Order: sequence, then structure tokens, then C-alpha cells
Amino acid sequence: MWTAVLLAGVGCYLLKLAGLSLPERVLEHPTVERVADLIPVALLAALVAVQTFSSGSELTLDARALGLGFAVVALLLRMPFLVVVVGASVVAAVTRLV
Amino acid sequence: MSDAVLDPGERSAIVRDSLAVGLATGAYGLGFGAVSVASGLSIAQTCVLSLLMFTGASQFALVGVVAAGGAPLSGAATALLLGTRNTLYGLRMAPLLRWRGWRRAAAAHVLIDESTAMGVSRGTREGVRLGFLTTGVSVFVLWNLATAAGALAGDAVGDPRTFGLDAAVGAAFLALLWPRLRDRRNVLVAVLAAAVALTMVPITAAGVPVLAAGGVALLVGVIGKRQDPTEVPGPDDVAGGHR
Repeated sequence: MWTAVLLAGVGCYLLKLAGLSLPERVLEHPTVERVADLIPVALLAALVAVQTFSSGSELTLDARALGLGFAVVALLLRMPFLVVVVGASVVAAVTRLV
Repeated sequence: MSDAVLDPGERSAIVRDSLAVGLATGAYGLGFGAVSVASGLSIAQTCVLSLLMFTGASQFALVGVVAAGGAPLSGAATALLLGTRNTLYGLRMAPLLRWRGWRRAAAAHVLIDESTAMGVSRGTREGVRLGFLTTGVSVFVLWNLATAAGALAGDAVGDPRTFGLDAAVGAAFLALLWPRLRDRRNVLVAVLAAAVALTMVPITAAGVPVLAAGGVALLVGVIGKRQDPTEVPGPDDVAGGHR
């Protein structure tokens, strides 16, 4: 675990430093730029799906889905980030109580 | 980029906005600390992630993969792939900040969504630097304090399901994704990526589905034609920013 923590930690710093140090023209290749822009979209969407609808290697539908539903409504209403996140956990926790 | 000097009013407005973002984002570090400990990382590992990696989405991704039973190294790979987004921010910020040597090396550590968003939109170099640095440093200090507090509290609470913390992680990723969904092609990529990831869940080891979804970005990026207008976040897109 420590290897993963240190490796990813140092790696993430080097990725930031590379951004501030590389000449801007590395992005001039349009395919490189498009792929780089789309990676966070794909990964974040996959993380939302996996965090909400799976447990281990099983697909699940539980209180987390209601929490995510709250998050969608809160984001549509342009609520602040903290309301979105805290609200989603409260909804999930309350659902589990009833 | 103008080199004009900021008047005291503009200066304090930038500092105030940046501190608000720092406070809101920092508070959210409580959740990271608690989730990380619940995922099986030690308190020390949790704190080192916040100090060293210091980029929230990657940190959550790493502990999320570990929590699902994935190999720590596939968690690290997901964290690094998400971290490439900071490289893009750096490429945009470098000509605005124009820092060299140790200043650049130090600035790189606080190069994250929030500092980019609060810096990139300013009209003058001094404004960019002030917004970037005040946000970056205040998020860093508060995020790390909150991580430690959350880790200690999480250790005491035990099961993250008690307070619905497991649902908070998905919501946080969605909130980070949301501003990018203004672009319709990004919506398509997001839906495809989520579908690919869920399809892979029953048939691959934890951690692999998210990495496989990165393939969707590669595919659409290679065959697509248009550039993304939402690639760098603005002040509206971060915790505590103006909506």
C-alpha cells in the first residue's frame, strides 16, 4: 500500500510540474489535446457509476443511488458543492434508517 | 495579460473569494480522511496522500479502488490518469503565472482544479498570481488539517455507511464532472464510460473497470474532431465559488 501511495503521490506532483514546465506547443496536436480533455470526463463518469452502483464485483442498487439522485437535483438547482456532497450522504444514511 | 497593479479593493475581493473556496474545499477534506481510513488505509497513509499527492479526485479514486478490493497499484494508475488533468491546467497557467525556478516548483504543488479556476479568469498577472496562490495555499492547509481530523474521526466511527459517506464519494465525483457536462460530446463520453465501467464490474478485478473506461476517451478523442470548451474550470465550478 505504501508503494502505491508514494508512487502515485510523487507521480501526481511530477504531472503538475510537467504542466508548468513543458512548452505550450505539446498541446498543438489536436488528437493529443482532445484525448487529454476527455480522460477526466470518462474517468469521473466511470467513478460515479462504480462508486454508486457496485459492491466488489457485483452490480447493486441501494441507498447510494438515492444519494446520487439528490446530488443530481442539487446540481441542477446550482446548489453549492458542499450541499451536494453532504446532502447525498444524509439522504443515503436516512434511507438506511427507514 | 496586463501587468497593471491591483487596487486594494480588487485585491481584497480576490483574497476573500479565494479563502471562501479554500474553506469549502478544506471542509470536504473531512470526508476524504474518513473515507480513506474506512477503505483500509492507515491514518499515516491517508495524511501522506493529502500532503504529497494533494489533488482530491485522484486521492478519492485511489482509495475508492482499494475500498472495492482492487490492487493498490491499479488505484495508483487511476489516480495518475486523473492527475493528467493538472498537467493541462499547468500548460494553461504557465504563460499567465510566468514563474521560474523554485517558485515554479512550489507553485506546481498547489496546481489543482480550485487554484486554476480562481486564477485563470483574472485580467492582470498580479490578479492571476494572487488568486492562484491564495486559493492553492488555503486549500492545502485546510485540506490537510481536515484530512487528519477526518481520518481520526473515521477511525472512531468505523463503517462509512453509518453516515452515508459511501454515497458522498459518488456525489463528489459527479460534482467535479458536472461543469464539463455543458458540452454535449462530453455527455456522450460520460454515458459511454459509465456503461463500459459497469459492464466490466462483474468480469474484471476492481480498479480495472475505471481504467477501461479511460479507453472511451481515447476512442472518442481519436475519431472526434471538435475541441472541448469546458476543459479548464472557472470560478463557478469549484466548492465555495460564486454560482
